[in-house]
Amino acid sequence: MKCQYCEKPATFHITELTEPGGPQVMHLCEEHARGFLQKEAATPAASIAGALAKQLNLGQTKQELAELDQKECPVCGISFFEFRNTGRLGCPFDYTHFAEDLIPLLTNIHDSVEHCGKRPRRAAAADSHAELIQLRREMEEAVEREDYERASEIRDELRRIEEAGSTEQNASEEEE
Amino acid sequence: MIRDSDFDDLAHKSGEWLRGTGPESDIVISSRIRLARNLADFPFIRRCSDEDRVSIERNVRAKMDSIEEWKDVRYIDLEQLSETDRQFLVERQLISREIADAEGSRAVAIDPKEQYSVMINEEDHLRIQVMHSGLDLKSAWQSIDELDDKLEGAILYAFHPQFGYLTACPTNVGTGLRVSVMLHLPALVITRQIDKVFRSMQRINVTVRGLYGEGSQYTGDFYQVSNQITLGHREQDLVALVGDDVVPRIIEYERKARDFLVKQGQQDLHDDVSRALGILSTAKKISSEETMHYLSKVRMGVNLGLIDDVPVGTINKLFIHTQPAHLQKLQGRLLSSSDRNVERATYLQCHLSGKLSDGELN
Repeated sequence: MKCQYCEKPATFHITELTEPGGPQVMHLCEEHARGFLQKEAATPAASIAGALAKQLNLGQTKQELAELDQKECPVCGISFFEFRNTGRLGCPFDYTHFAEDLIPLLTNIHDSVEHCGKRPRRAAAADSHAELIQLRREMEEAVEREDYERASEIRDELRRIEEAGSTEQNASEEEE
Repeated sequence: MIRDSDFDDLAHKSGEWLRGTGPESDIVISSRIRLARNLADFPFIRRCSDEDRVSIERNVRAKMDSIEEWKDVRYIDLEQLSETDRQFLVERQLISREIADAEGSRAVAIDPKEQYSVMINEEDHLRIQVMHSGLDLKSAWQSIDELDDKLEGAILYAFHPQFGYLTACPTNVGTGLRVSVMLHLPALVITRQIDKVFRSMQRINVTVRGLYGEGSQYTGDFYQVSNQITLGHREQDLVALVGDDVVPRIIEYERKARDFLVKQGQQDLHDDVSRALGILSTAKKISSEETMHYLSKVRMGVNLGLIDDVPVGTINKLFIHTQPAHLQKLQGRLLSSSDRNVERATYLQCHLSGKLSDGELN
């Protein structure tokens, strides 16, 4: 038997059970079989897209979906729509802001929503650092609209927070 | 740390992980673990402004500089490098293709033995990786765990009590851990069982990729087996899933396939690997693909005792050192594809026809 894509003999006979139209039998030469299997190996973006598609098909109406897509993180400004398209989140605070929307997705990918491994000794609460991220974004926006006065105010504010943070850190290190 | 942009010396030696030592090193090339980490006070890379990236790079570099044990660590600014030099580090497995092709401020810190490297501003702010020769995941985990503790002492990570270490892509969240074992599986390819083996693995949460990771071709019969999930299991359990459960099973299949090949037609097999060695050591020009193909046969021949005068470490090294950027780095100039084919043949000939002793190779 010949490979269904070329003249070489078919040495791989693969039955694909997950095709939407029912089981499909493929006869492939080694080269095409490799190509096929390689496509099969899920990339993170593809598995996210897959998991999202699955999740969004379940029980969510178009309207709910449209509303979810509009939802934006107040810290980094990423919308759920943008996340859905790129498969990448915008900042650590997204995990807090989009928590309830991410939980079904995490269940789909990892079959779990609870970290049970290593923990840093000095854990930073995501929310407390969100302010820094947000201020940096506001500063960039101020620069973009050429509002340099506001930008420099924000820069001072950022410095103040960063310095306070490093003094705090030194103090806690001394305590240790 | 030593700031460096000239790493010509690397082209003349090879990393520890290529030595062909360590458990099961006839089949397992290397054991690699990487951790994805992000700074708590910056957006993830995709949302970073140029200025943010510069701040992250400076910030992390300063913190790393303060680590006493890192005096000999080489720090390379990737933004300043030529494309060939970045490609060289990719071929060497010290940086990812993604960071090589990215733009803006980014860097890598590499230890002198090339056992660990830390990428800054990849998909996550930090990608820490440790590579050991052979199947050696437990000690690789120990090393990376210590390395992570050291960095954590200086850098405040983004961490969530429920979701763990926060990453740009939710497929890495939790432990941020990816365990990858690089396997050489020529006998499973020849006996056409490789497909069956992979299919059986997809059901147990591991993925298979080619030599250079995601989306790369399966060249030279090399396959990377990694864990798929990162959340909900302890790091040690993920390491055990790959290292104690999945990989030993694949090793067993490969050994059985090798035994079968030997029993079925030792002469044919011996002929095949000897011809491969003959081509590699006498060709006057040879492509990268053809080199990989024949090196894979020779490597199996060495491991089955059919070729006895070439150390496996030399073969491992040739897989990496005959790649385009390595050849150009050795020559110290850019080479066209056809010039590379000539240069590659010369290089192979030197290393396989006994003109150099192994001591000089490493």
